Amino acid sequence: MPGDLASSVASSFAPRRRARACVADAAAGATDGAEAVTAVEAVAEVAGAGADAAAVSTGATDATVDVPAPRATAGRPAVAGEGGHAPGVIGRGIGILANAVREEPRIFAAAFVGSSLYALATVATSLALGEITERVVVPSIRDGHADWSTLLGAGAIMVGIGFARACGLFLRRLVSGMMQYRLQATYRRRVTRQYLQLPLAWHQRHSTGSLLSNANADVEAAWAPIAPLPFAAGVLVMLAAALGLLIATDPLLALVGCVVFPAFGAVNIIYGRLVSPLYGRVQQLRGEVSGVAHESFDGALVVKTLGREADETSRFAVKAQELRDAMIRAGRIRGMFDPVMEALPNLGVLTVIVVGAVRIDAGSLTVGELVRVAYLFTLLAFPIRAIGWVFGELPRSVVGHERVTAVLAARGGLTHGTAQLAGSGPAALQVSGVGYRYPAPAAGRPTAEDVADPAGTVDPAGTVDPAGTVDPADTVDVADAVGVGRAALSGVTFDVPPGRVVALTGRTGSGKSTLVNLLARLVDPSGGTIRLDGVDLPELAAGEVTGAVALVPQQTFLFDDTVRANVALGLDVGDDEIWEALRRAQADRFVRALPAGLDTRVGERGTTLSGGQRQRIGLARALVRHPRLLILDDATSSVDPRIEASILADLRARAGAATVVIVAYRRSTVELADEVVFLAGGRVVAQGTHRELLNRSPGYAELLTAYDEAADGRSPAAAVPAVPEVAP
Amino acid sequence: MSRSAVSPGAAVGAGAVGAGAVRDGAVDGGAAVGGGAVGEGLWATLGRLHRLVPELTAGILGTLGLAIIATVGKVVVPVVIQQALDRGVWDGGADLGVIGVSVGFAAVAILVTAVAAYRMNVRLYRLSESALATLRVRAFRHVHDLSMLSQSEQRRGSLTSRVTTDIDTMSQFLQFGGVMLIVSLGQMVIATILMFVYSWQLTLVVYAFFVPLVLATHRFQKRLARRYGAVRERVGDMLGAIAESVVGAQVVRAYGSQQRTARRIGTTVEDYRVAQTQAQTLVAGVFAVVEIVAALTTASVVVLGVALGVDDSLTTGQLVAFLFLLTLFVMPIQSLTEVLNEGSNAIAGLRRVIDVLDTPTDIRDPGADGGGRLLPAGPLGVRFDRVGFAYPGGPPVLHDVTLDLAARTRVAVVGETGSGKTTMAKLLTRLMDPTDGTVLIGDVPLSEVRFDSLRRRVVMVPQDGFLFDLTVAGNVRYGRPDATDEEIMVAFEQLGLGEWLAGLPAGIATRVGERGDLLSAGERQLVALARAQLADPDLLVLDEATSAVDPATEVRIASALLALTRDRTSVTIAHRLSTAEAADEVIVVDAGRVVQRGTHADLVAVPGVYRRLHESWAAGVSSR
Repeated sequence: MPGDLASSVASSFAPRRRARACVADAAAGATDGAEAVTAVEAVAEVAGAGADAAAVSTGATDATVDVPAPRATAGRPAVAGEGGHAPGVIGRGIGILANAVREEPRIFAAAFVGSSLYALATVATSLALGEITERVVVPSIRDGHADWSTLLGAGAIMVGIGFARACGLFLRRLVSGMMQYRLQATYRRRVTRQYLQLPLAWHQRHSTGSLLSNANADVEAAWAPIAPLPFAAGVLVMLAAALGLLIATDPLLALVGCVVFPAFGAVNIIYGRLVSPLYGRVQQLRGEVSGVAHESFDGALVVKTLGREADETSRFAVKAQELRDAMIRAGRIRGMFDPVMEALPNLGVLTVIVVGAVRIDAGSLTVGELVRVAYLFTLLAFPIRAIGWVFGELPRSVVGHERVTAVLAARGGLTHGTAQLAGSGPAALQVSGVGYRYPAPAAGRPTAEDVADPAGTVDPAGTVDPAGTVDPADTVDVADAVGVGRAALSGVTFDVPPGRVVALTGRTGSGKSTLVNLLARLVDPSGGTIRLDGVDLPELAAGEVTGAVALVPQQTFLFDDTVRANVALGLDVGDDEIWEALRRAQADRFVRALPAGLDTRVGERGTTLSGGQRQRIGLARALVRHPRLLILDDATSSVDPRIEASILADLRARAGAATVVIVAYRRSTVELADEVVFLAGGRVVAQGTHRELLNRSPGYAELLTAYDEAADGRSPAAAVPAVPEVAP
Repeated sequence: MSRSAVSPGAAVGAGAVGAGAVRDGAVDGGAAVGGGAVGEGLWATLGRLHRLVPELTAGILGTLGLAIIATVGKVVVPVVIQQALDRGVWDGGADLGVIGVSVGFAAVAILVTAVAAYRMNVRLYRLSESALATLRVRAFRHVHDLSMLSQSEQRRGSLTSRVTTDIDTMSQFLQFGGVMLIVSLGQMVIATILMFVYSWQLTLVVYAFFVPLVLATHRFQKRLARRYGAVRERVGDMLGAIAESVVGAQVVRAYGSQQRTARRIGTTVEDYRVAQTQAQTLVAGVFAVVEIVAALTTASVVVLGVALGVDDSLTTGQLVAFLFLLTLFVMPIQSLTEVLNEGSNAIAGLRRVIDVLDTPTDIRDPGADGGGRLLPAGPLGVRFDRVGFAYPGGPPVLHDVTLDLAARTRVAVVGETGSGKTTMAKLLTRLMDPTDGTVLIGDVPLSEVRFDSLRRRVVMVPQDGFLFDLTVAGNVRYGRPDATDEEIMVAFEQLGLGEWLAGLPAGIATRVGERGDLLSAGERQLVALARAQLADPDLLVLDEATSAVDPATEVRIASALLALTRDRTSVTIAHRLSTAEAADEVIVVDAGRVVQRGTHADLVAVPGVYRRLHESWAAGVSSR
C-alpha cells in the first residue's frame, strides 16, 4: 500500500508536501503514458494520426516533467523536441530499435509474424474483392443468374481472409505490447538494481525526482517506438506485396501507387517535424503550470494570510494561457494533418479511377482489376501511417534511452576486500587523515540547476526578478553555499578505543553527517583511512561493515511495512528480541498501544507516528542488531527530553557492549560522552573531554552556551527544543 | 549532507501518497471533495460544464455546418466508384466523359471537405482549449478561496491534480480522441444513410451484425476501465517501491538490505507488467473480434448483394460502393472501446474539477460584494466572545472561550498538544470561522471585516516558513508587493538580521530554491519574519516553529522575534516556555478551555496546568 508509505515516511518537515504532490503527478502522468501508448494507437487506427509521436509523448512525458522540479524540464534537452529529427537522432533511434530486437528476438519474431499475416491478408482482401467482383458479381448481375456454390465459396474465402487478418491483428497487438512491457520491466529492474548498487555519493548528486523519472518515464519513453514497430515492419511487407500486386495488375496504376504512397510518408514526416517541437513546448508548459500550482497550493497558508490570492491567480493564469496558446498552435497543425491524410488516399483512388478507365478503354484492364486497386488504396491508407509513428517516437526514445543508459553506465560502486572482522564486543575505530570532497553535480539534473531558473520567473510583485535571469556565476555561488563540489572534510583524525562513547559536535555544515556516512562506509573518503579493529574499511568483505556497524540517521526512514519488518529489516530475529530493542529505545509502550502491535503498518490511517516515535523505531532497528559500533547522527532530536535522557542513560550503562559515536550539540548528550570531537569547517579543531574543551576551545564553549542560556531561561526565546512532544 | 537527507526524505512520503492520490483521483473519483458531480449523468455534467464556461458553444452553428460538410465529403469516393462502375466503365470499354465529370466533382468535393474539416478542427481546438484554460484558472482561484479546512494537507495533492492532470487529461482527450469521436460518429451516420439509399436490405444485414457488437462494447469498456484501473494502481505501487529505495538509500546501505529492496521492487515491476499485458490482451481481443465481425459482414453483404443484384434490385456499382461504405462504417467501431475509455476518464476528470468548484467557500470575504467593514485605525485589541469550535464531524476542540487581549501586548498561548491553541490562531486570522461565538478584532466581528483590511492589518507567521522559489527579496516582498529593495533591507536590519543577510551569497538577490530548500529551516524562518516585518501589521499572530535548528540561528530568531513584536499586538502560539516567560501575558489552554492567564511569574507561583507544563519543560532542560 504505497499510499500508506506516505504518512509513514513523511516526517515533520515541510518539503514533504510538495514532493508528495509531485510524485502523485508522476504516478498519474506515468499512467497516462502507459495508457497513451496503447489507447492512442488504437485511436489512431481509426482516423487520426493519433498515435504519432506527439500524442504518446504528451501523456507519457508528464511523468518526466513533473517529478522533480517541474521546472527542471527547462534544463533538460527538449523532449521530442526540435532538432529531434537530425539525422543523428534517427540513426541512434534505429540503433535502439535494433537493440530492442536483439533483447527480445523471439517476441519480436512473433509480433512480426502476426503483423505480416495481417499485412498479407489485407492485400489479399483487396485481391479477393477484385476477383469476386470480376468473376462473380459482374457476371451474375449482368446475366441475372448466380452460381450459388461459387458465390458461397467466395463468401467463405472472404471470411477466411478476414479470420487471418483478425488473427494477425490479435497476435501483433498483443505481442507488440508484451515486447514493450517486457523491455520496460527489464530496464526498470536494471535501473533500480543499479540504484541499489551505486554508492550513496552518487545518490546525493541526483534528485529523487530525476531518479524516479529515469526508472519510470525515461524507460517508458525509450521503448515507446516498440509498440508500433512490428506493425511498421509488417507494413513494409504489405507495401512490397501491394507493389507486386500493382505491377502484376497494371504498370501505369503501379506508377500511381509509387507517387501516392511515398507522398503519404512525406506528409507524415513533415507533420512530425512541424508538430514535435510544438508538443515539446506544450509538455514544458504543462510542467510549468504544474509547478506554479504545486508551489502556490503548498504556500496556501502564506497566500491566504497575506491576502495574495488574486496575484497568485494571475500568476497561474499567465501560464495557463501560454499553455492554451501552445495547444492551439499545435492543434492548428494537427487540424490540418488529419484532413490531408484523409484527402490523400481519396485523391489517389480518384486518380486510379481515371487512369483505370483509360486503361479499360484501351482494353488492358478489367473492371475487377480496377476495383481491386481502388480497394487496395483504401485499405492501405491507414496502416501506412505506422511507419510515421515509429519515426515520430524516435527522438523521445533517444532522449529517454540516453538518460537510462547514463544510469546504467554509472560506475563507482564500493569495492570490497576479503578481510573478516575477527573480534567480538565493542569495536575499535581509527580515523586518520580523512578528507572528503563532494563530487561535482552530474550535468543536467541537480540542485544547482534548480537554482538557476532560466525562465526569469515573474515574482509576485509582477516585476521580473533580476536574479531570475540566467547568471551562471550566481548559480555557482548558491551551489557553493550548499556545499556542492566543496571539501566537506579534510585531515580528520581521531581514535575511538573499544567501548568508548565519543561525541561529534559542531555547527550545521561542519561535516558531522558527512563523517558519519564515512564511518558506516556508505561513502568512501577522498583521502585518508578509516579502520575498524585495525582493518581499513575497503579491505573488509561485503557485509562485514553492515554486520558490525549500525547507523541511525538524523531523518528516520521507515518503510511502508509493519513495525516488526521495519525493526528487523530482513534480519532473522524473534519477537522477543524485537520487543527488547523497542524497550531499550523506549518505544515498547507506544508500539504496544498501536492497533495491531508489531503488525501495525506504519503510516496506515490513524497510526501516523510522531517524529519522536519514528526516531525511536529507527533506534530499535539499530539496537536489535547488537552492533559493535553504534553511530547516532542526532538520532533523538525529536524525542521528548526525558525519554531521550533515559535512552541515553541506557546506552551509557551498556557502553561496554558497543563503541558509540554520537553526533550532537546539546550539553546533555555531549556530557554523556567520554570524549568530544569538535568539528568546524570540516576539520577537527579540538578534541578532549567536555570539560577540557569548554576551557580550551572558545568556539566549542560558544556553541554549547547558546543552549545553556536558553536552558537557564535568561534569553527569552532562545533555543530550547520542545515541551514534551508538543506538536501542532 | 543533512540537507540532502531532508529533501529526499520528503519525497518518499510522496511516492507513496502519490500513488494514493492517483488512486483517489482516478478510481474513487472526486469523492474526496464533494462527491456531488460524480454520480451525475453525462449530459448533466456537460450541462454543468456549459454553465461554467458558456463560451464553449460560441459559434456552434458554424462549427456544426463545417462538421456536416466535413462528414458528407467522406462518402464521395464510394459514390464515384458506384457511378464509374454503373455508368463509366464496363469490361472492354469506358465512357471517359462520365468518368471525367464525376471525378472532377469528387476532387472538388474532397478539397472542400478537407478545408471544412481543417476549419472545424481548428475551431474545436480553440474553443475547447480556451474553455479548459478558463476552467483551470477558475478552479485554481476556487482552491485558494477554500478555507484551510477544505485545503487540508492530505487533500492538497489531489487539489493540485484538479488544476493540472485532470484538465490535461481532458485536453489530451479532446485533441486526440474527442474530435475524432465526433467525426467518427458523423461518418457512421452518413455511411448508414448512403448504405440505406443503395440497399436497405443490406443495411439491415450490417446492423444485425454490428448492433449486438456495439452493445457488447459497453461491457468491454467497463472491463477495460477496470484493467486500466489496475494498471494505475500497479504504477503507484511501483513508484512507491522505487521511491523508498531512492529516498531510503542511506538506510538501505547502512543495513545492507539491498537484496530485500530489490526483491520488493522486482515484484512491483513485474505486477505492473502483468497488469499492462492483461489490459493489452483485452484491447487486442476487442480489435480481433471487430475484425472477424467485419469479415462476416462483408461476406454476407457480397453473397446477399449478388442475390439482390440477380433480382435487379442492386447494381454492381452499388454493391461495390456499399463495400467501400462498409469500411467507413467499421473503422470507428474498431477503436470505440478505447476512445470511450479515454472519454470516460476525461469526463471523470471533469467531474472532479466541477466538484472542486462546487465545494462551498465557507469563509467568504464580506468585501467581495462591496460590503464589509474596515478595521479601525491604530493598535488592535482582540476579543474572543464565547467562542467554540469543532472540526466537521469531530468533537469540539474549543469550548466557550472568552478573552480580552489589550492592544500592544505580547501574549503567549501555551498548552499541551491538542489543547486547541493552534485552532485559536486560525480563528484569529479567519482561516476558519468559529462554530459558536464571535472573534472580534478592534471591536469589529471578524466575519464582517473586509479581507483587504484584514490581511493588511493582521499577519500570521506560520510554523513552517514556506518560501516561494524566488529570491530572498521576492519572498519578503510577498508581504508588501510595492516595497523597494532598500525597504526590504531595512526590514532585515530592523530585525537585527543585517549581518545574516550580508552573509548570503547574493544578499537579498540570493535565490532560495524550491520551498526555500537552499536555506536551512531556521533561515527560512528568518525570511518569513522579515516578510512579516515588511508587511507591518498591527496584529501579529505567530505560530512558533517546533523544528530544532542550530543554536546560532535560534538566537537570531529569538532576537528577531523580539524586534518584530515590539510596539505591536502579538499573539504567539508558544511551543517553548521560554517564549511564555518573555510575554506580557500568558494564556494557558487545556482541553479546549482557557484555564489560566497571567504573567509567567504569577502562573508559575500557583499550582496548575502552567506549573506542571513548566516543570516538565524545566526537567527536560536541566537534563541537557
